[in-house]
Amino acid sequence: MALQSLDIKARSATTTPPPRARNPVHVAKLIDISKCIGCKACQVACMEWNDLRDEVGTNVGIYDNPRDLSDQSWTVMRFSEVEVEQGRLEWLIRKDGCMHCDDPGCLKACPSPGAIVQYANGIVDFHEEHCIGCGYCLTGCPFNIPRISKKDSKAYKCTLCSDRVAVGLEPACIKTCPTGALVFGSKEDMIHHAEGRIADLKERGYANAALYNPRGVGGTHVMYVLQHGDQPELYANLPKDPHISPLVSLWKGVTKPLMSLGIGLAVFAGFFHFVTVGPKEVEEEETD
Amino acid sequence: MRTTIQRYTARERSNHWVVAIAFILAGLSGLALFHPAFFFLTNLFGGGPWDRILHPFIGVVMFLSFVALAARFWRFNHFTPADRQWMKHIGDELCNRDERLPEVGKYNAGQKYLFWTVVVTVPVLLLSGVVIWQPWFAPYFPIWLLRVAVVIHALAAWIMILGIIVHVYAAIWVKGTVRAMTRGTVSEAWAKHHHRAWYREMTGK
Ligand code: HEM
Ligand code: SF4
Ligand code: SF4
Repeated sequence: MALQSLDIKARSATTTPPPRARNPVHVAKLIDISKCIGCKACQVACMEWNDLRDEVGTNVGIYDNPRDLSDQSWTVMRFSEVEVEQGRLEWLIRKDGCMHCDDPGCLKACPSPGAIVQYANGIVDFHEEHCIGCGYCLTGCPFNIPRISKKDSKAYKCTLCSDRVAVGLEPACIKTCPTGALVFGSKEDMIHHAEGRIADLKERGYANAALYNPRGVGGTHVMYVLQHGDQPELYANLPKDPHISPLVSLWKGVTKPLMSLGIGLAVFAGFFHFVTVGPKEVEEEETD
Repeated sequence: MRTTIQRYTARERSNHWVVAIAFILAGLSGLALFHPAFFFLTNLFGGGPWDRILHPFIGVVMFLSFVALAARFWRFNHFTPADRQWMKHIGDELCNRDERLPEVGKYNAGQKYLFWTVVVTVPVLLLSGVVIWQPWFAPYFPIWLLRVAVVIHALAAWIMILGIIVHVYAAIWVKGTVRAMTRGTVSEAWAKHHHRAWYREMTGK
């Protein structure tokens, strides 16, 4: 077997179980929004480690730059100016990127075997060499994360530095964060760490401070500490209760095996009709 | 002497076979992405990315050729009160008790149902297919619409595939039918037996 840290838990378009003998620890990245100063060092570290260079954009009057995720920008800072209380402006800065869902909609939607994998440690990774560019992952993701490259028609997103994590390093963004807003470790430890931060925030007047680890997608391997945990939408429309769209579950659930069965049955029905009832033949010289 | 009646012209036959070939290629390349069990079909098209690239273009060829075909056959497929009678005898039709069937024109009610099923599903496949067409059109549509379109596309394709399975089987089952689309002619006996009203119209007998 390959590196234990690259053991696979789930694989797109694969109907048999993956190897399950080993059970490595679940990892998680914790993003403490209350500590983020919006310096974008993590964006730079991501570009540097992954050898990505997005186009130099233009200033559109806000700090967001690049404006959106792309094949070259796997993480972007989203700046929201909000008045949660009258007269008290808050600048909420959310590092956006793949949440590494425990129940990943992208993987569920993908039709190409092995184009999307979930490692046993929880990281969801795209293997672009198997990607066919169909864009189904876009429909599966509740967070609007994957982006299809205009250059090569492959889907890209944050890998949670699966290559670094595989050899015991922390993701590049974690390494570079100057304020400690980003931390990385086992999921258990990260939840524990977050609890301390939330207690601290509550003491400082943020009564609704909470951990964002949404149940609807089975929990995530990228979690946020939110000052306003009751209103995640404040943070550049972070969904309050994300879940895989019921349409995607319908499309990728039992429907398709049943429909495939239906097609098979139709062919069988024809065959058995032919061998039982028989063909319809006419006498060449039919009399009235 | 075996006498024949012209049922389809060379143009009609060519048109039909363009639709049929495009349908088979679109169906196989589409099914390849429909369920992992069919993914191996991508090999027929040069692998996953080529399958994904070619499918919508084949679909458009099918759409355009079907529009021409539908225009040719449209007026023969209007339902008549006689069709309702025929549908009541569908059991007799399936069990080859043909002597109990009412008289039929150029097409029987089953054939008409198939025609209208395809008339509905093909444009639905085109519209839903364009919405999910990467990388050309899909980026212009919101993600919720992509989710709706992909389900509708899969459903419409399924209905159409089932319809065509019945269509192909019927052609094999009713002996003497295939030549209508390969040679263009059918035997007088075939016409008299299966489409008597049409037979009388054609021969004046
Ligand atoms: C009329 C024009 C059509 C267009 C523009 C079209 C377009 C598409 C597109 C864009 C996809 C997504 C995969 C890809 O990018 O290749 C797709 C999938 C598919 N298409 Fe089509 N298509 C058309 C006709 C058809 C026809 C005639 C059939 C077969 C009866 C068909 C069956 C399918 C199936 C089964 C899928 C997979 C759906 C799934 O993954 O659930 N399509 N089509
Ligand atoms: S675009 Fe690539 S990764 Fe996304 S669903 Fe299609 S094959 Fe899978
Ligand atoms: S956030 Fe989207 S892309 Fe990332 S794992 Fe979840 S579903 Fe997949």
